[in-house]
Amino acid sequence: MTQVSMTVNGRAVSGEVEGRTLLVQFLREGLGLTGTHVGCDTSQCGACVVHVDGKAVKACAVFALDLQGAEVRTIEGMANADGSLSVIQQAFQDHHGLQCGFCTPGMVMSAAALLAENPKPSEAEVRKYLEGNLCRCTGYHNIVKAVLAASGQDVAAIAAE
Amino acid sequence: MPKDHGIGASQKRREDLRFLTGRGRYTDDINLPGQLYAAFVRSTVAHGRINAVDTATAAAMPGVVRVFTAADFAAVGGLPCGWQVTDRHGKPMLEPKHPVLAEGKVRHVGDPIALVVAETAEQARDAAEAVILDIAELPPVLDMKAAVAGGPLVHDELGSNLCYDWGFVEENREAVDAAIRSAHHVTTLELVNNRLVPNAMEPRCAVGDYNPATDETTLYTTSQNPHVIRLLMGAFVLGVPEHKLRVVAPDVGGGFGSKIYHYAEEAAVTFAARALRRPVKWTASRSESFITDAQGRDHVTKIELALDREGHFLAVRTETYANMGAYLSTFAPCIPTWLHGTLMAGNYRTPLIYVNVKAVFTNTVPVDAYRGAGRPEATFQLERVIDKAARELGMDPIELRRRNFITEFPYQTPVALVYDTGNYHATMDRLAEIADLAGFEKRRQESAAKGLLRGLGVNCYIEACGIAPSNLVGQLGARAGLYESATVRVNATGGVVVMTGSHSHGQGHETTFAQVIAEMIGIPESQVEIVHGDTANTPMGMGTYGSRSIAVGGSAMVRAASKIIAKAKKIAAHLLEASDSDIELKDGKFTVAGTDKSVDWGSVCLAAYVPHNYPLADLEPGLEETAFYDPANFTFPSGAYACEVEVDPETGKVTVARFAAADDFGNVINPMIVDGQVHGGIAQGIGQALLETCAYDENGQLVTGSYMDYAMPRADDVPFYAVDHSCATPCTHNPLGVKGCGEAGAIGSPPAVVNAVIDALQRAGHTHVTHIDMPLSPARVWAAMQH
Repeated sequence: MTQVSMTVNGRAVSGEVEGRTLLVQFLREGLGLTGTHVGCDTSQCGACVVHVDGKAVKACAVFALDLQGAEVRTIEGMANADGSLSVIQQAFQDHHGLQCGFCTPGMVMSAAALLAENPKPSEAEVRKYLEGNLCRCTGYHNIVKAVLAASGQDVAAIAAE
Repeated sequence: MPKDHGIGASQKRREDLRFLTGRGRYTDDINLPGQLYAAFVRSTVAHGRINAVDTATAAAMPGVVRVFTAADFAAVGGLPCGWQVTDRHGKPMLEPKHPVLAEGKVRHVGDPIALVVAETAEQARDAAEAVILDIAELPPVLDMKAAVAGGPLVHDELGSNLCYDWGFVEENREAVDAAIRSAHHVTTLELVNNRLVPNAMEPRCAVGDYNPATDETTLYTTSQNPHVIRLLMGAFVLGVPEHKLRVVAPDVGGGFGSKIYHYAEEAAVTFAARALRRPVKWTASRSESFITDAQGRDHVTKIELALDREGHFLAVRTETYANMGAYLSTFAPCIPTWLHGTLMAGNYRTPLIYVNVKAVFTNTVPVDAYRGAGRPEATFQLERVIDKAARELGMDPIELRRRNFITEFPYQTPVALVYDTGNYHATMDRLAEIADLAGFEKRRQESAAKGLLRGLGVNCYIEACGIAPSNLVGQLGARAGLYESATVRVNATGGVVVMTGSHSHGQGHETTFAQVIAEMIGIPESQVEIVHGDTANTPMGMGTYGSRSIAVGGSAMVRAASKIIAKAKKIAAHLLEASDSDIELKDGKFTVAGTDKSVDWGSVCLAAYVPHNYPLADLEPGLEETAFYDPANFTFPSGAYACEVEVDPETGKVTVARFAAADDFGNVINPMIVDGQVHGGIAQGIGQALLETCAYDENGQLVTGSYMDYAMPRADDVPFYAVDHSCATPCTHNPLGVKGCGEAGAIGSPPAVVNAVIDALQRAGHTHVTHIDMPLSPARVWAAMQH
């Protein structure tokens, strides 16, 4: 076991991990941050997406020990300071972009990363970017709408085309 | 003006706040003090004889607490099957034992052989790899026709791989044969309904817990129906009485059928927790899900449709081989029979129907209900053969359907069902509008200008939901009742808690059920709380599947709330010194009819619990009622779907360009949520039609065992969908007039996609291409165009 220290959602944290401990295990089991989910074992589903140093990362594909000193942000750190939903989270609720909620944390984290890179994506760009996030409930319709809405675009007009 | 509250309002979901902030509580999020971790040792071969299981090395490894094998489960029952089908000769189906851990033989890749329990998940996994298996591999049987033609036996003691040979309606068989012999035209289609993996995004998980001080056992599990699991596991497997057994299904990350069944892992971790007196947790890896979650579909079918000179349907005859896999999953036998054969009338007046289904054991993962469950299989073959018939007769496929639509209700089909309501012409009219069918030709030319082949596929569907009248399903072989329950508890200050036997795992019941209660009483939805998923605080209920929650669970809730309102009116009458027959409840206020005398909801609730001024001689204090609702009939949602595809003639790649769904769900509680249910179903149907298949190689190894091989629909595989449910004919036999909407999208969409691809190829001159089996991968479509 080795000591690892990083910043998670603005808070300095540390813990003992094995060399094989994945970031997602450290978050879920070490820190009790169970909002980040594990939906597969091949880094395909995206339920575990978090931000590491501002970039979207699949937390099942990186070892905790490789993140000494890193800045990590998870779904638990996405709401506004007063606890209200952020623009992206609110758009997911407003447009019914989630059903069972299991893929949702990863979707929100990916969407946030997309909008940070590309503040006004086209529908096709949203769909392409979210290729690494599987959802079995929504058929993606309302997720894509939610991301477009969060970017400030007129969703009704785009979806009606 | 759309409503802003109550029934019919697109209320935002209250569930979303916890899911959007990482505060959901799924089973894998639960960790109990002193918890141990379980890992299963599973068969790596499809069929084999177990000579020895050597656990000595594993048991001595760091952190290992115990290794269980089949011998430890000798006194435990097998996993029960919940439905007994009777074959066409009146004999019960062949029913093998399904042990918790494999005894003597392994029968599919993934069959559990041993259970390692250790202090950490990693230690359990490491030790599981150290269990030494001596298994003599046997030839597997995978092809269904080979399995019934004398292939190796999956279950030696049964003497056959044919679970049952079912005929429906058996008395119609000769008349159907005669009608087909003498018909003007018979269209024949042979097809495969591809095996699918449900793939709820949350892998299954189970945590067993035992308190020796109270002798209480608790199972936390990813289930769509915790009460059913408690009954099956307690009474049939572990012998734990229900009052000492609690099953909790907390937030569940999707089910689609795969989380209905009682699985070996649930019983195994509960057994281990009782034996070790410590909590035991197992979480499936996705690779494990692929080889243990019950799979769906997998039918091989020949269908014949007989028509007269004018295109009227005269008879339908089908022969289907339905794969059961290696064991009978909880409801497996009823899916290809009662949920499939009874749907073969579709939306049409076909006077004579005969359905033959041969259910077959193979060395594959068990098959059971997956979203739609039998109804997609029925719809696909019927709507495909109708399209083929239209082409053969030179008729427009929509016109051929319209010519045969059922138009008068109630309608008794020749396959046992009585449709209460529907309006298939109106639904098709609505589809034509939302799909802009009139604009297809222009869009086809635009595609052609890009070098792409555009095709249009249209079809209808009917489903039987709201499962189901208990006395009827009992006659059909169900070993359970299929009512639903609800307790409505009103608190002293007027807040309402509904404890429902339904279970929500994405459907948004906490929002929609509250809308119904708020509307009935006339109070804000924020005063209503919905509790579900825990046998300790909900009445015995059958859970959520088959689009039944609002139709059956909602009806139970309405019935309980009606009892509450009736009692509250008596209390109000006492307070207002009037007769209870004169009391009206509106907007949360009880009024004496025709007067301005009134008392509000909160005062009546308070009087019920502080009964100082109260008719104690005639009425008990308190305001809490329970109701069980057993439906009088199924509900019959129906719809018409249209798909437009573009086919790349160079590669065979199919792109879904447009998709429209016009559904009749009867009354709708929350249109936003209903739209979302349809969207998700459509994506699963497009997945089945174009992308997904569960493939085994000749050794019975699952080739599509991960998301790298099993092609799930992704965001850029699908378009925006046009969905509409304004054509509504309310159900006549439940109090809300609702029909259910959960499965429609997955039932109606596969034939639309395939019909569209065939249409595209036909228009491009590939007139020999009358069918391509799903999934319509680029390779298959390209190959079809080469002949």
